[in-house]
Amino acid sequence: MNFRRLATSLVAPAIGLVVSLAATAVILISIDASVTVIFSSMWNYGTSPRAMTLMLNLATVYFLSALAVSIGFKMNLFNIGVNGQYILGSLAAAVVASNLQLPKVASITVTILTAMLVGAAWAGIAAWLKVARGVSEVISTIMLNFIAIGIISYLIVRTSIGTETGVNIRGTKLIPESGMLRGNAFIDPETKVYGFLFISIFVGIGYWFLLNRTRFGFDLRATGKSASAARTSGVQSTRMIVTTMLLSGAVAGLVGLPYLLGQTGSYNLQFPTEWGFIGIAIALLGRNNPVGIAFGAIFVAFLDVSSGQLVLEGVPREISTIMQGLIVIVVVISYEVVRRNQVKSEQRSVARALAKQEVSA
Amino acid sequence: MTYLKSRRFIASAFTAITMLSITRTITGNGDLTSTVTIAQALVFASPIALAGLAGIWAERAGVINIGLEGMMILGTFGAGWAGWQWGAWAGVLAGIIFGAIGGFLLAVAAVTFGVDQIIAGTALNLLALGTTKFLAILLFTNAPGGGQAQSPPIKGEIPVFTLDSIVVPLTALHEKEIFFVSDLAGLVAGLFYNMSLLTIITLLLFIMTSYLLWKTAFGLRLRSAGENPWAADSLGVKVVQYKYAAVVFSGMLAGLGGAYLSIASTIYRNGNTAGRGYIGLATMIFGDWRPGGTAAGAVMFGYIDTLRLIDTGNQNVKGLILLGSIILFAIGAWMLRSSRRNTAIGFLLLGAVMVGAYFSATSFPPEVAQVAPYITTLLVLATASQNLRPPAADGVPYRKGEDH
Repeated sequence: MNFRRLATSLVAPAIGLVVSLAATAVILISIDASVTVIFSSMWNYGTSPRAMTLMLNLATVYFLSALAVSIGFKMNLFNIGVNGQYILGSLAAAVVASNLQLPKVASITVTILTAMLVGAAWAGIAAWLKVARGVSEVISTIMLNFIAIGIISYLIVRTSIGTETGVNIRGTKLIPESGMLRGNAFIDPETKVYGFLFISIFVGIGYWFLLNRTRFGFDLRATGKSASAARTSGVQSTRMIVTTMLLSGAVAGLVGLPYLLGQTGSYNLQFPTEWGFIGIAIALLGRNNPVGIAFGAIFVAFLDVSSGQLVLEGVPREISTIMQGLIVIVVVISYEVVRRNQVKSEQRSVARALAKQEVSA
Repeated sequence: MTYLKSRRFIASAFTAITMLSITRTITGNGDLTSTVTIAQALVFASPIALAGLAGIWAERAGVINIGLEGMMILGTFGAGWAGWQWGAWAGVLAGIIFGAIGGFLLAVAAVTFGVDQIIAGTALNLLALGTTKFLAILLFTNAPGGGQAQSPPIKGEIPVFTLDSIVVPLTALHEKEIFFVSDLAGLVAGLFYNMSLLTIITLLLFIMTSYLLWKTAFGLRLRSAGENPWAADSLGVKVVQYKYAAVVFSGMLAGLGGAYLSIASTIYRNGNTAGRGYIGLATMIFGDWRPGGTAAGAVMFGYIDTLRLIDTGNQNVKGLILLGSIILFAIGAWMLRSSRRNTAIGFLLLGAVMVGAYFSATSFPPEVAQVAPYITTLLVLATASQNLRPPAADGVPYRKGEDH
């Protein structure tokens, strides 16, 4: 039974992959590019040590983003506000870390806690609005994203939080080396794998443990499956909503840290602000399962990194975004189709069993 | 319009002008109600309004449309691509068609396959963003005047009207700074100054929507698909067809909104929508899934955006702060009469804080105005969400024959 479940959950991503590859091939043919050249160029570059390192680094970011989204998904909460939560979390972490003179472990612990706290607080606004005022979290988190961008631009452009960090780039003061987590160059001699990779693996394990081995996780999954049944069995839904949103926001707060502590050391105006949306897609691909999400994150990161070389072949790298969009659409559709067929075959087997009973009676 | 409705409309217009006038008098900032400000506010408001209207069509038929942003992006691209080659009107048409394609994709995923609508919309946004950036590089890089991230200039123009016989005397009246009269003059003059035909079309689409969705059998059936599709089906309404029609038309409207953006800035540019699809969604909720309120929300966004962008001496944002506090006081006072005392006191306190800020600071950073519309939307949702009434089956996947 378990094997069958695994098989059916793999069918949909497989269909998604095949269909989107086929569609991409059609696009490539229509612009007179050679499909084999493009795919083999993506594969060859994508499997080079340098690209593998970049891929792992990007996957770390995507993994955290998708985990944050999927905590909410488990309870049918849509946290579209990961963007706002992580940019504010990263900014706060950058400000705090740049002013710390502590041993590495202590400094990084404080930095992480800051980011989680700020991310959770920003998500908390949406949680409060939902619980106390009945505002849908979908729309409030979208609004909060825009507000976060405004706050950040104000703080960096107009207050002493921002300084000139590069050529015409304003950002926070550089974090001292003792507060950085640059990682090790163990795949490619020139590029380092972010140290945060290991922390995010721990976050993934923690997520699995919390959801599958604790009372809270049980309540959360129960509420997601059937809110009314959970309520009847004594789960307080408002408390669950608030806790889930806070947790989701706390994990979201971490999303920018691999990059901040592994690369820039400063939150500047060029810090990426859209990593939250891809998290939604990856959470879907991975079906809210940490292992699935990890594979999804690696896959999407592979597409992003390996497409970087396509300019040389005269094909815009945005082909990877198109593929990602296609995969998500096809995968969600095939999940739905597979689910319907499952329901149908179950109904049929029940009907058959019942018919047999009637005959024997 | 019924007698009661038109009375309510006149009363709220009167109140709005009075508040603007008080603010203008205290700040001495004529820009707040000037002809140019109002005309520009309409230009900024129209694409958002079209996105909001697009949201109304989809959600009234029970399909949540997070994909508005993607459909708008497709519209901006279509307008740039066709507009550069065959002129502005071809651009408008292409924008509408591209938007419709986005709507069709959403309908296939959300209506035929019944997948989660928010997820389908998010995927559509991703797909639209990738496709347009991809095509922009391929089609515009080597075009004369184009680039990797922008199209060549759109050829020709959409007609823009200025009625000098109205604008000139009213603008002169506006400059006399008479309480209420001058402000009303500025507002009216703004409607006849640089009025784009596309803005007029937008207005007509709003009127058409109010009529079609609320006064015809077609509209009743379409809305029934969003309220209770199972009951509608049992009465013979072809629910799936109505949902398809609504979502594709929604895509056309969002695409037109995108085309408006491209034509207003004379080129297609990557990221030109800047989240206006999401803002349109917010105005729709702000407006309780109805055209009138949605238009009002869009005008608010457009007005604040205009004041922020034409701000020369950093005084417009200050004026907005005062205007905001006056509005808060008015709502607070009105609420005190009803039984919602706590909310009323909250509004009055917030208003007092803003008045304090107005008198203690010499100027405010433009970021305040940048976030003001979003905070306003949150405030409206927080205080009025109990009174908002979304379609009952909004976001619920429907399959013929499966009851819920």
